[in-house]
Amino acid sequence: MTVKELASLKEFKSVVLPEPKREICGVYIGDLLSWVMGRASSNDAWITIMSNVNVLAVASLADTSCIILAEGVTLENDIIETAEQKGINIISSDLSAYNIAVTIGKML
Amino acid sequence: MKSYFYDLHIHSCLSPCGDDASTPDSIVGMGELNGLDIMALTDHNTVKNCPAFFEAAKRHGILPIAGMELTTSEEIHMVCLFPTLENALLFGDAIQTKRILIPNRTDIFGNQLICDSEDNVISTDEHLLSTATTVSLDEAPSLVEKFDGICFPAHIDRNSNSVSAVLGVFPQYPKFSCAEVYDRAKLPEFLEFSGLSREKILINSDAHYLWDIKERLDFVNLKEIKEGSVEAGKYLIEYLKG
Repeated sequence: MTVKELASLKEFKSVVLPEPKREICGVYIGDLLSWVMGRASSNDAWITIMSNVNVLAVASLADTSCIILAEGVTLENDIIETAEQKGINIISSDLSAYNIAVTIGKML
Repeated sequence: MKSYFYDLHIHSCLSPCGDDASTPDSIVGMGELNGLDIMALTDHNTVKNCPAFFEAAKRHGILPIAGMELTTSEEIHMVCLFPTLENALLFGDAIQTKRILIPNRTDIFGNQLICDSEDNVISTDEHLLSTATTVSLDEAPSLVEKFDGICFPAHIDRNSNSVSAVLGVFPQYPKFSCAEVYDRAKLPEFLEFSGLSREKILINSDAHYLWDIKERLDFVNLKEIKEGSVEAGKYLIEYLKG
């Protein structure tokens, strides 16, 4: 499944998708950035409630296919602009991290 | 007693998120221009720019405090301050063994420059400094105290890397005698949140750029520090602990 396909589902919303064709091959859930940095795998969809600018650096470093903001978390506009420049996909959802992971898990 | 105007949470070019222009000499130069008396250098998980900071501070008539902004294993930021440069350097060695060593990507996180007191870059730290260490919030105060320092929760009013964001409460254990607020407007709310008195809440800049460094706005009343003495750190820590 590509990030664009995920973002088109009704429970999900595209925040910024500079690389819409990236494949989602797994899921990682976590909010402690140092854990995510060391543990998320390349091409994972990373589900978090962190809205700090550092999420972009971590997503880039871990090479995740997208960041998914759970529970309706939003980002400042300048963070979204930076994500676009750095080629980092961001999707949001009002669902909990668990329900987002279950939804993706059924489609992998 | 005398009033000393302070800024006790400042990052240099060694912090990845700190501006490359924030060299130790420029930081104290800016503090002097702003009319500050006492300044602390608190880079993320390192004290390696403190020697240059101390040398430069002498030239600019600033009382320097050696410190660190420690990231706990819970990703809570703690400001750690030490009575002397030597104690801070020993604490730095202790933290070095508790860092999670991930190579720094300068294109993403920024440079980590170690300087001498005249703005020359003498080396860099190759591993990302801002990540969590293996020191927990519970362990931090006793570790800092081994080096006669004090630590307190940083920017408790911020929504990231703060006790309020990570724990949701001001911790009762370990007990903190002081704390830092970033946004002056949020003082009333966070006085209540922390249960601390006004004089035990520091308002610091958490400067990452030279222009963030504080003006002559907030002061602590300390025993009078003789010119050229090294007592500033000792008196400050006595005040914060008391």
